[in-house]
Amino acid sequence: MFRRLPEIETASHTVSFTIDGRPASARAGDSVTAALLANGVTACRTTAVSGAPRGPYCMMGVCYDCLVTIDGTGNRQGCQVRVAPGMAVETQNGKREVER
Amino acid sequence: MTQPSRGGEYDVAVIGGGLVGSALAWGLARAGQKVAMLDEGDIAVRPSRGNFALVWVQGKGLGMPEYAGWTKKSSDDWSGFADLLREQTGLDVAYRRPGGFMPMLSEEDLQARANTMMRLHNQPDMIRYPYEVMDRETLRKELPFIGPDVVGGTYCPLDGHCNSLRLLRTLHKGIGLLGVDYRPNHRVERIEHRDGGFHMSTAGGEVRAGKIVLAAGHDSARLAPMVGLSAPVRPQRGHVIVTEKTAPFLHHPTVYVRQTDEGGVMIGDSFEEAGFDTTLQPGVSSAIAERAIRFFPLLGKLNVVRSWAALRVLTPDGFPIYEESKTAPGAFVATCHSGVTLAANHALTLAPLIAAGGLGDSFTPFSARRFHVPQAA
Repeated sequence: MFRRLPEIETASHTVSFTIDGRPASARAGDSVTAALLANGVTACRTTAVSGAPRGPYCMMGVCYDCLVTIDGTGNRQGCQVRVAPGMAVETQNGKREVER
Repeated sequence: MTQPSRGGEYDVAVIGGGLVGSALAWGLARAGQKVAMLDEGDIAVRPSRGNFALVWVQGKGLGMPEYAGWTKKSSDDWSGFADLLREQTGLDVAYRRPGGFMPMLSEEDLQARANTMMRLHNQPDMIRYPYEVMDRETLRKELPFIGPDVVGGTYCPLDGHCNSLRLLRTLHKGIGLLGVDYRPNHRVERIEHRDGGFHMSTAGGEVRAGKIVLAAGHDSARLAPMVGLSAPVRPQRGHVIVTEKTAPFLHHPTVYVRQTDEGGVMIGDSFEEAGFDTTLQPGVSSAIAERAIRFFPLLGKLNVVRSWAALRVLTPDGFPIYEESKTAPGAFVATCHSGVTLAANHALTLAPLIAAGGLGDSFTPFSARRFHVPQAA
């Protein structure tokens, strides 16, 4: 669905992280959301009340549809966090748990 | 639908479209009355959109045991009320009655609370109800997330909560189905009692009715003297914070913190005398947030999504006023600060009495005449 521009594909370093425990890679400087999309994950959560699937929409911190669990903390805006080496990103099923 | 009995277009005009007015209009229409509900517009001062949504019993009525009994009755009738609303409208107002807690942060506060509950129940004519004073360990079995500062608390199995925004929406849908004529942007400017009925000049034109019910919240203070009544209410501000939606973890409401049916955690219970100013005060918000975190430290991890301030409709003693005018019979006033808790009573008990023509002696304690005693020097 998404492809990187060729000059970015070759110019930047690779970062290893996990999505729901599976190994994945991104480019240094990617937001978590961009890294998810580049790895083919377009639905990153289900909504808190009706359970409908949601994916990243605005990519600029406004729509709150890209919420994911990052390193154990729920409801993080993936588009506002840079992916880091070893980061554990989890798609989120419904409501956040208060203890994570 | 019955024909208007006398004096105009409607049997009853309810003035005010918040929770008190809507519950009364719903009950009046169910009793067969032809009802108009006159409301202001979207920017009305409307506590019904800002409240904390508790259906709360414990601790209420010290100084007026009749109010304690009235509150208990509404709590007892709330489940059936919610069922009626669901059957009629298909909407669920999420009423739950798991019992509620009042946690305490010092031994002095816990002792004072225990004394208050005892004095409340020692009043003559008090309709007693079960409650418990719990030490820390007993409380922790029921509320496992309390912080180290919580010394204990009181518990009452009658306490509950609902989704009060949905309650307002459900009542409005319900009155529509019952044929109530809902008229927004009809702020009442003047009321005249003549020819055995009531003539109201409103922002939306003239309205006539055989009876009127003032359920206008803060505005009842202005309207009541027009029909020989008195509603000395003042605004008392309260702040509310709501967090992001989280998986259910708080299974009982408390006075200060509750988790809604949809998962957000509401934090509240501030009291400020600030007139009609609803500006959010960051100092108050941070104080109630800090207190909530002392009760439940894990709340500190949650993100806040909204906060606001709303205005309680408070009488000088905090108890409701229900009264029919002596000089303009057929004019009633109903005002309280517990429009959620008392909604079942307003719909199922008070409205049928007004439809039938009068409140009866049991409402004498709720008359505003209690405020008209001469002050001692």
